[in-house]
Amino acid sequence: MDFSVVVEYFPRLLEGAWVSLQLVIVSIVLGGVFALPIALARISPVAWVRAVPFAYIFFFRGTPLLVQIFLVYYGASQFDVVRESVLWPILREPFWCAIIAFTLNTSAYTAEIFRGAIQAIPQGEVEACKVVGMTKFQMYRRILLPRAFGIVLPAYGNEIILMLKGSALASTITILDLTGMSRTIIARTYTPMEIFLAAGAIYLVISIVIIAIFRQIELRQNRYLGTLSIKVPDKG
Amino acid sequence: MIDLHGFGDQLLQGAVVTLELALASLFVGLILGLLGASAKLSSIAVIRWIANGYTTIIRGIPELLTVLIIYFGATSVLMAIAGLFGYDEYIEVGAFAAGVTALGLTFGAYATEVFRGALQSIPKGQHEAAIALGMGPIRKFYRIILPQVWRIALPGLGNLFLVLLKDTALVSVVGLDDIMRKANIAVSSTKQAFLFYLVAAFMYLALTIISMAFVSYMEKRASRGLTRG
Repeated sequence: MDFSVVVEYFPRLLEGAWVSLQLVIVSIVLGGVFALPIALARISPVAWVRAVPFAYIFFFRGTPLLVQIFLVYYGASQFDVVRESVLWPILREPFWCAIIAFTLNTSAYTAEIFRGAIQAIPQGEVEACKVVGMTKFQMYRRILLPRAFGIVLPAYGNEIILMLKGSALASTITILDLTGMSRTIIARTYTPMEIFLAAGAIYLVISIVIIAIFRQIELRQNRYLGTLSIKVPDKG
Repeated sequence: MIDLHGFGDQLLQGAVVTLELALASLFVGLILGLLGASAKLSSIAVIRWIANGYTTIIRGIPELLTVLIIYFGATSVLMAIAGLFGYDEYIEVGAFAAGVTALGLTFGAYATEVFRGALQSIPKGQHEAAIALGMGPIRKFYRIILPQVWRIALPGLGNLFLVLLKDTALVSVVGLDDIMRKANIAVSSTKQAFLFYLVAAFMYLALTIISMAFVSYMEKRASRGLTRG
């Protein structure tokens, strides 16, 4: 194996890594925003309000991300309505299609994580809020959501790592993310092992950095506990 | 009814390939997971390092990249090894074999953690009782430890299998004729992308539901030895 190609093409790989990071950051932020209402609807006492997010979560967690990306990127253009709509300039771009698919996907997973965290809060705290006379909104804003945030962190860190790995699928719809860039370089140099291994190493470094950042946030968020050993409920 | 333009049985054939790939990878992955967990609990430091390296690397790299590395890399690695033995013909690794290797390695890395947790949760007394009865290490493992580990590990392994089932779609990228690729072929000839990818999605969903039912049946079966009520 000849690793001089890796040195030569390293700047291109970093360019790809930056695209991967953009995909992950935008989808994680948007996904988190959508996940909260989905999670709250999922634990609603009203049956039909519960049913919609249940079906949504079941679909996006039960089908491969690759299918979801293809559905958005190739599927949407099947309909003339979409092609003529104002959204077409967005749905024409592979980058935004990837963002849409990733956001839908990660919001389903994140909603389940949020739901688990909200339900993991002891009933006594909910009762205490009611006794103190808080409204439902105050209870969520002051007690339940901040508590849930601390519980959610480890699982949420995992979800971001999964999203980073999922972002490699963007390469299948012509996006030059880290994987896509690697494939382009390989098409020119024909050194699959060297370039793919280098790309793998970059993914690994990004994962390790994300894990380290989350460990810091966890330490800060849960510092009142004086320990890191908190039980996180299983999602699902 | 939905008009599939005659691609219906093609998609079903794809589903069979998807299922074969998933089950073959599951088999490889379970063996790797047990080996990995034993290695992580080994008293020899080097073996622990190897196991830790394996799980860290595999879990930190995208599954798609693993599939690509195995598919494109296995050929050159195998040819280099064969070259040492004086064999110079071209060796090609098929998409199915590459898929089983890549997905098996991935499943094995995650299963290692599940098995490790389960192995550690077996009380020490169980080991001691088995030894006191005069069982050797292999018999102790098969008769006493494995059935209990299996029960504890099943829920975790079931979740991993659902992930594996969805990851099989990635092998279509290197040309395996699974559900996904059959859908791609149907799309390129009919131009009805939304329809066929939606059908593919529901096929995966159906496989997921069947697997979930099977896992819960297995869980009930594995814990039949526990007293109820």
